[in-house]
Amino acid sequence: MILGPVGFAAPWLLLALAALPILWIILRAVPPAPIRRRFPGVALLLGLTDEESVSDRTPWWLLLLRMLAVAAIIIGLAGPVLNPQDEAETGSGPLLIVMDGSWASARDWDRSAGLVDGILAETGRQGRTAAILRLTTPEEVTFRTADTLRSRLPGYVPRPWEPSVTDMQTVAAALPEGRFDTYWLSDGLNRDGRTALLTALEDHGTVTIYESPRPALGLRPVTIEDGALQVTAVRPLALGPQEITVQAVGRDPSGTLRTLANLPMTFQDAATEATAGLSLPAELRARVTHLTIAGSRTAGATTLSDDSFRRREVALIGTRQEGETLDLLSPMHYLHKALSPSVDLLDGALMDMIPANPDVIVLADVAQLSESEEEALFDWIDQGGMLLRFAGPRLAASDVSREVEDPFLPVRLRAGGRNVGGAMSWGEPKTLAPFDATSPFNGLPIPGDVTISSQVMAQPDPSLADRVIARLTDGTPLVTRKAIGQGQVVLFHVTANAEWSTLPLSGLFVQMLERLSVSSTTARPEASDLEGTTWQPVQLLTAAGRIEPAGTLPGVPGERLIDAPLGDDLRPGLYQGPDSTLARNVLSAGAVLRPTQWPARLRVEGLTRAEEQPLGGWLLALALAMLTADIVATLALSGRLTGTRATGTAATLLLALALLQPSPAAAQDQTGRQAIDADTTRAIAATTEVVLAHIVTGNSQIDDLARAGLEGLGQVLNFRTSVEPDAPMSVNLETDELAFYPFLYWPITPDQPIPTAEAYQKLNRYLRTGGMIMFDTRDADIASFGASSPNGRKLQALAAPLDIPALEPVPEDHVLTRTFYLLRDFPGRHMGRDVWVEAAPADAELIEGMPFRNLNDGVTPVIIGGNDWAAAWAIDQTGNALLPVGRGYAGERQREIAYRFGVNLIMHVLTGNYKSDQVHVPALLDRLGQ
Amino acid sequence: MSDQTAQLQDPRELRERAERQAESLPALLARAEHLAGTVLLGDHGRRRSGLGDDFWQYRPAQMGDPARWIDWRRSARSDDRYVREREWQIAQSVMLWVDQAASMRFSSDKKFPEKCERARLLALATAILLIRGGERVGLTGTLLPPRRAQNQIYRLAEFFSIPAQGDYGVPEHRAMIPNARALFISDFLADLSEVERALTKAADRGVRGVLLMVLDPSEESFPFQGRTVFQSVGGTVEHETLKAGDLRTRYLTRLAERKDRLDQLCRVTGWQFQLHHTDKSAQSALLTIYSALDRGTS
Repeated sequence: MILGPVGFAAPWLLLALAALPILWIILRAVPPAPIRRRFPGVALLLGLTDEESVSDRTPWWLLLLRMLAVAAIIIGLAGPVLNPQDEAETGSGPLLIVMDGSWASARDWDRSAGLVDGILAETGRQGRTAAILRLTTPEEVTFRTADTLRSRLPGYVPRPWEPSVTDMQTVAAALPEGRFDTYWLSDGLNRDGRTALLTALEDHGTVTIYESPRPALGLRPVTIEDGALQVTAVRPLALGPQEITVQAVGRDPSGTLRTLANLPMTFQDAATEATAGLSLPAELRARVTHLTIAGSRTAGATTLSDDSFRRREVALIGTRQEGETLDLLSPMHYLHKALSPSVDLLDGALMDMIPANPDVIVLADVAQLSESEEEALFDWIDQGGMLLRFAGPRLAASDVSREVEDPFLPVRLRAGGRNVGGAMSWGEPKTLAPFDATSPFNGLPIPGDVTISSQVMAQPDPSLADRVIARLTDGTPLVTRKAIGQGQVVLFHVTANAEWSTLPLSGLFVQMLERLSVSSTTARPEASDLEGTTWQPVQLLTAAGRIEPAGTLPGVPGERLIDAPLGDDLRPGLYQGPDSTLARNVLSAGAVLRPTQWPARLRVEGLTRAEEQPLGGWLLALALAMLTADIVATLALSGRLTGTRATGTAATLLLALALLQPSPAAAQDQTGRQAIDADTTRAIAATTEVVLAHIVTGNSQIDDLARAGLEGLGQVLNFRTSVEPDAPMSVNLETDELAFYPFLYWPITPDQPIPTAEAYQKLNRYLRTGGMIMFDTRDADIASFGASSPNGRKLQALAAPLDIPALEPVPEDHVLTRTFYLLRDFPGRHMGRDVWVEAAPADAELIEGMPFRNLNDGVTPVIIGGNDWAAAWAIDQTGNALLPVGRGYAGERQREIAYRFGVNLIMHVLTGNYKSDQVHVPALLDRLGQ
Repeated sequence: MSDQTAQLQDPRELRERAERQAESLPALLARAEHLAGTVLLGDHGRRRSGLGDDFWQYRPAQMGDPARWIDWRRSARSDDRYVREREWQIAQSVMLWVDQAASMRFSSDKKFPEKCERARLLALATAILLIRGGERVGLTGTLLPPRRAQNQIYRLAEFFSIPAQGDYGVPEHRAMIPNARALFISDFLADLSEVERALTKAADRGVRGVLLMVLDPSEESFPFQGRTVFQSVGGTVEHETLKAGDLRTRYLTRLAERKDRLDQLCRVTGWQFQLHHTDKSAQSALLTIYSALDRGTS
């Protein structure tokens, strides 16, 4: 039986609804049971009669609630079903479901899959067999039971290409014999071969088309014009103006994918194409991995970026400059000039550059590399990096690659090199010979004014001939290269400045660098350019527009990569070639989307079908809820919910109600928020004023003393200087943030725990970013520096993983001796041994007339001593010294000097080398006077 | 065998009960002492000249005053002769009656004490105060005549711990000492004729005092709904109603009438009527009782 959109499985049960009025009368007649109450005031009640002779009836709304609950139970048991399927419409015989399964199907794939599932469920109920055919992956059609197919359905995914004409012809030819009906889930795009397949299908039975009404959108490959990305979007139908947003997606500095830029675009009224330009800063553009139309998750609406998007990164590593040299003499200057227009240059130390993974590292006249540098560099080249080296006086003078070939040089070098055409040598400066056909420089014109007057010489080796890619007229190699793993090393046998040759002055230099792919080109290659190369897929595009790693797919010949049709053997994605990457997108440069045009005789439906929805469970649940409400209401009416004895009952009921609801973990939230609050409060307290801090050792006596010591030092600072620190804090290395404290005092005890790796990371970050830690072994009375005491040994164990520079005892002219007071000793409670600070650089010199050398530019990151300063500084609540220092007046003097050291220390921490710069003031004034 | 156990059980049970009773005594005493400690004792003089220790006034000697009454020291300062008068201080007898019937053993919520407990507490605290003030305190009836010894407090506490039979208590009005003071504490839910009789009898003998009505909050608000069978605490009286909510206004009217009646009775006989609810603090009730007793004696 069907009533409107609802059908019933057992309609006769509905007759029970007729019994409801009788139930109503019965329920009304029966009064609720009385409650017995003890009440002394009953004496006053005696003789009071009820005004109504009828008992306190159940109120009508409660009756109604009960009636509704009973009605819901009856209807629920009658098996109501929403949208029952009409069996008359469907046919009989096997059913073929044809799915386009292309990238354009991906936009509504979930709904399509749901639709197919619904169709299969229905087919299964009718006992018909079915088959699924995907045009992108044609298979033999075999009809199976619907349940088998339903279990396979989750495995069917759309493919990021379109079915080709040949695919569809194959399918049409291989259709099974006999009659069957066809449901065709179209992707909404017209393509050749559709009509032929449709005719073939119609020969076997009726065909119904399901098609999403949403039009597919596509994005053509992005071109770069005038430094802006030219984005072109296409749509199949010119259906009025339409606005879309194109997102440029890329990795942010932390490596997560996010939208880097949004580009709004508008399809004009009658246009199927929209174009817009997107200008991005070069750094941002290089990070773009793909562009996609917002909200349209298909491979066609995604276009990948490749090398043409990015500027290459080149790291320049030179020798350390001594003193001021003129720019024109620096090799770096020429490289800068030649490269800066087309690449991004990175400057810095080699070890800092390698993690940035530049495309090219240029070593200009660098001879020796440290062991760790060599290791990292080798790995980097092995992964495809290119090392470009220039010769120079240092390389010529060094013994690198003399006897044995250096891994980072393509050839062995003869000692000393040679000079030609100089003032002290014979002959004319040499010129370049024409480039060989195999050389990457082949075809570059050689200007006549390029002359070479000095070079390093290659040792003749059997492998030398293969490695030379440019030579002089006399045949000596000028540029050599060799491959290491996927990368290569190239050596220019001359300097990068104009000292040894005029090459860096000529345009040829720039062209050679370009040929070596040091600088990037932007033109997209033609198919013929790529002939003979093999391209390895790196990342693939799924039909839903997601980017996935390619895994172990075979390489693709270069000539196919550009314009062969996409398919199982050539998938859209990012391909890695010999020295660049190339993107193959779903849509080609001139692609157009055509809408499907089905013959009028076919039924075309959307992807929505009303699903059968059994309602019985919901109704029964509703009845249960109403009966629960009835319990509460009944209790409330009879006074059991409120009043004296019912508190427990009410609590139980409320508890039950609360349990019925999904309870969020509010309590955890609460504690979490409290913890965050505490952290924030601490951070605010630590940063509003200068706060001295000490590290918690776990020994409460030492910790208290350290705290008291910092308190005392803080007071002295307060009285004598403009530094007014707040109360000191105790810092737990594991849990607290260190960045807030300019200065940490770390007393050493033999039994304190070694911090965890995370804590060490925190400490190293703290030291590198300008923090200072003062280690105090507190044993200067019994031991000297080193591992001679338990505390000293502990200090060594603690400090081993720390990034501590070379140390030396405080020199007489260290800035620490005069930041506030002029000091010679640094006593604490003990007046023992040396205090160690970061060593001065070797070349620091005593300047005439200056009181002290210009030592470390920065602040020493650590101070190590054992004089137990905190004990000397420590004061109690009333401001009296906690511990005695020395004896008598001399002791008090020592305490005073200890305080002065503390003041100097904090001044040093807070002002850095300000005081040592101050000493230049007389000299500056002197110069100004002139 | 069974006889033996019965015999054995009896004394054991008796002793247990006795111990249980004795247990509550110190607690009650302590609380009563504590409560009494919050009231400052004022002077208890009669504000007239008479026998006593405190000086009252000098008055010129009159004819008929014995010569030894003359205060020579005062008289020497002037020409007249003066008699030194002392304030009349006299111990008063106060009789207490606390309703121990079943209806008093009721409290509607665990938060509130039973009416009976509050009544005992107030009575005992009053007794402590009065004895400290030098009065004689006892029970109405012949059980415990007024005395002024400290020991009397313990005896009072002991008597207060004995529950009475019956659902509703009736004031004991036998053996009332003429011109004494009295304090009756009860919920006065029983028949009022007994109370009337007691008060008239007291008025006849010149006894004045305070009538303290102790009620539970639920007795004042009647917060009941639905079909209910009300039972007295002793279980002797029962009343069934189908709609408890409907009875509320009528119950409250009756209660108000009862209070009016008591108040009227008190006015006529020179007593004072006080109302106390168990959810209020005992201290305020004690203060009113004490001041009322004090005022009534002047």
